[in-house]
Amino acid sequence: MNIYVLMKKTFDTEEKIQVSGGAIEQDGAEFIINPYDEYAIEEAINIRDEHGGEVTVVTVGDEDSEQQLRTALAMGADKATLINIEDDVEDGDQYTTSTILATYLKDQEVDLILAGNVAIDQASGQVGPRVADQLDIPYVTTITGITIDGEQVNIEKDVEGDVEKVQTSLPLLVTCQQGLNEPRYPSLPGIMKAKKKPLEELELDDLDLDEDDVEAKTETTDVFLPPEKEAGKVLEGEIDDQVKELVSLLRTEAKVL
Amino acid sequence: MIEEKLLKGGSFLVEDVDPDEVLTPESFNDEHKMIAKTTEEYIKNDVWPVLEDLENHEFDKSVTLLQKAGELGLLGIDVPEEYGGLELDKITSSLVTEKMALAGGFSITHGAHVGIGSLPIVFFGNEEQKQKYLPSLATGEKIAAYALTEPGSGSDALGAKTTAVLNEEGTHYVLNGEKQWITNSAFADVFVVYAKIDGEKFSAFIVERDFPGVSTGPEEKKMGIKSSSTRTLVLEDAQVPVENVLGEIGRGHVIAFNILNVGRYKLAIGGVGGAKRALELAVQYANERKQFQTPISSFSLIQEKLANMATQTYANESAVYRTVGLFESRLGQLSKEELNDGSAVAKGIAEYAIECSMNKYTATELLDYVADEAVQIHGGYGFMAEYEVERIYRDSRINRIFEGTNEINRLLVPGTFMKKAMKGELPLLEKAMGLQNELMAMMPETPGDEALEQEKYLVGNAKKIGLLAAGIAAQKYQEKLEQEQELLSNIADIAADVYNMESAVLRTAKAIARDGEEKSRQKLLYTQVFVEETLNNIEAHAKETLIAVEEGDNLRMMLSALRKLTRREHINVIEKKREIASTLIEEEKYYV
Repeated sequence: MNIYVLMKKTFDTEEKIQVSGGAIEQDGAEFIINPYDEYAIEEAINIRDEHGGEVTVVTVGDEDSEQQLRTALAMGADKATLINIEDDVEDGDQYTTSTILATYLKDQEVDLILAGNVAIDQASGQVGPRVADQLDIPYVTTITGITIDGEQVNIEKDVEGDVEKVQTSLPLLVTCQQGLNEPRYPSLPGIMKAKKKPLEELELDDLDLDEDDVEAKTETTDVFLPPEKEAGKVLEGEIDDQVKELVSLLRTEAKVL
Repeated sequence: MIEEKLLKGGSFLVEDVDPDEVLTPESFNDEHKMIAKTTEEYIKNDVWPVLEDLENHEFDKSVTLLQKAGELGLLGIDVPEEYGGLELDKITSSLVTEKMALAGGFSITHGAHVGIGSLPIVFFGNEEQKQKYLPSLATGEKIAAYALTEPGSGSDALGAKTTAVLNEEGTHYVLNGEKQWITNSAFADVFVVYAKIDGEKFSAFIVERDFPGVSTGPEEKKMGIKSSSTRTLVLEDAQVPVENVLGEIGRGHVIAFNILNVGRYKLAIGGVGGAKRALELAVQYANERKQFQTPISSFSLIQEKLANMATQTYANESAVYRTVGLFESRLGQLSKEELNDGSAVAKGIAEYAIECSMNKYTATELLDYVADEAVQIHGGYGFMAEYEVERIYRDSRINRIFEGTNEINRLLVPGTFMKKAMKGELPLLEKAMGLQNELMAMMPETPGDEALEQEKYLVGNAKKIGLLAAGIAAQKYQEKLEQEQELLSNIADIAADVYNMESAVLRTAKAIARDGEEKSRQKLLYTQVFVEETLNNIEAHAKETLIAVEEGDNLRMMLSALRKLTRREHINVIEKKREIASTLIEEEKYYV
């Protein structure tokens, strides 16, 4: 089975976000594999171990993305592809990323594609479905379980805390939700083996794409941090008076009524 | 073939070294970093959730944890590939040791297994012994322990009373005696035990728990590292097959002392790892805790503490990884045959006995200092067992005692310097003699104001002070210097201060050359503050030594030379520490 995983590198969850000049400060920040993509990698490895085949992890990123790809290889993926757009694309969006990925995947023999449900940085959740759409294959988002039997695939999907059971077939794209599995961390032998596994690097040219083909469909006009949370207010006095004060505050201060 | 230049142990005191020859944490590669991360995740996901159970002596969980570590490859780093290990470099095993410090007492369990427990067999075992024991030690299927100390012999290890007598059939040694404070003894399967054959030939044996006559005593009640098992190992007519003699008969001390050297630098690395954790907890708490409606981290007295903790950590971190680099280049260039020959390995390790000892006493004292201040910053909460710093504080204390007390290690440093000088391995005496003439005519220099220029100049002077103090003490007392333990300890402190100072300067210089001064700002501040303050310690130790040894005109001349050597443009440490602290407070962790 040919399994592909779509991966994104994101800020380490312990990093503090700082904004300067309308952009998030990236200098010196630590990056990790997007945690939802870790579920995808783990599931891909498990499916390969059960059904045979090969796991290829693909990312659209820059030179530094190699580190996260190596981590995926150390976890147990077989191959990695880095589509490096550092020199070609300045401000991409979900359209950019999904077009690049779909163009790359059109040339591959694909049975199953796994992606994270969302990336923890921009949290659009769009790239997976867009890729499936461009490849014209079915997709299921936020899955928490998957079993494959020949061409037939049984999926458990998280629907706002409930489970929906879906039956579909390969080729297929799924996006992975927390609860699907417990991602392993790379073992030392895995880390040493990852050095020798193939890691292919491509640029837009190699995919016969121009900058214009992938130009963003959206424009980011501003980036800002949420306002700092202020201390709460504790109302005092008789209950009736408190209710009156609360209603008046909601009306005049919070302006929600 | 060009031979890589190998630095001699102790040569830092008489020679200068290029920053590029020194290993620094900034030169770790991607594999090193990934392995460090795996170790950290293992501790956070697997060890921390059961740490409380381990503290309550549920040691079946220690065994499960070690097996999990084995699956991840964390037990096979120092074991050769042909015996089921991974055979990775010393940098990797050191980074794992540093990260393991997060696991509190369990780090001692892990360290005793992979270090003092397994390494004697890795380094000194014969082919059959390696094949028999190493594969299962590398997976964690079997756990190792090390049994040297006895009730009556601690620092005086060779005074051991445990005996070994060959049986009549010539098949087994019969061991009798009691070994004390044996880490991992509740569950270890394999013990490296020292005993005297016929009461005189000090030798090492591989003793299995299941051998007849082998048992362990009750669990000790300890001040700290409660999550590690500590018991006596009782040998009552224990039957040890003759093929289980480890290394040469009568040369057990070669194994014991060299394994101690390895244990020492590993403890030092653990000290640095523990200090980083305590600092992180302290700075996080200081940001969170409000008094007078203000986070206490905004008070400059708290800031000063944080800056001191980080500055000392930086210098020690620089020094211990410098030692790791020395080991890596020396052991890394040994051929397969040499690696299989215990004596070549022993020589490689023994070469850096001075560095191992110095790292041990400064980094374990660093940990105690940082743990103490971390409790202090926590105030009353730091005294409460719910807070991690309380455990760190208790766990820290043993480090100054085991693997050779810090006092023994201090005495070893000048002792080893003298031996190296006598053997002609280090030109200490020549340098010291030349120095005395030079000092008469010496005029203090004024270094330029480029970054680190003054610090480099002062490191050079500090080496001269070390040579001066050691030189006149050796001249006066000659072979009786051994009796003057206070002087030896002073010399050991000066040597370690010089090593730490120089290591910080070299690391910062290397960073500035690579990343520029602006990006190396924090490193530069640490280095400036450390050199300024450490030179005061060096001056005090030297002065005390000179006054004890010399008198009259000679003394006055020497003191005047000391003043010239320490003369400098003093820096405003209060201002620099505030700047250091502001970065720490922002990052909420140890930051370089």
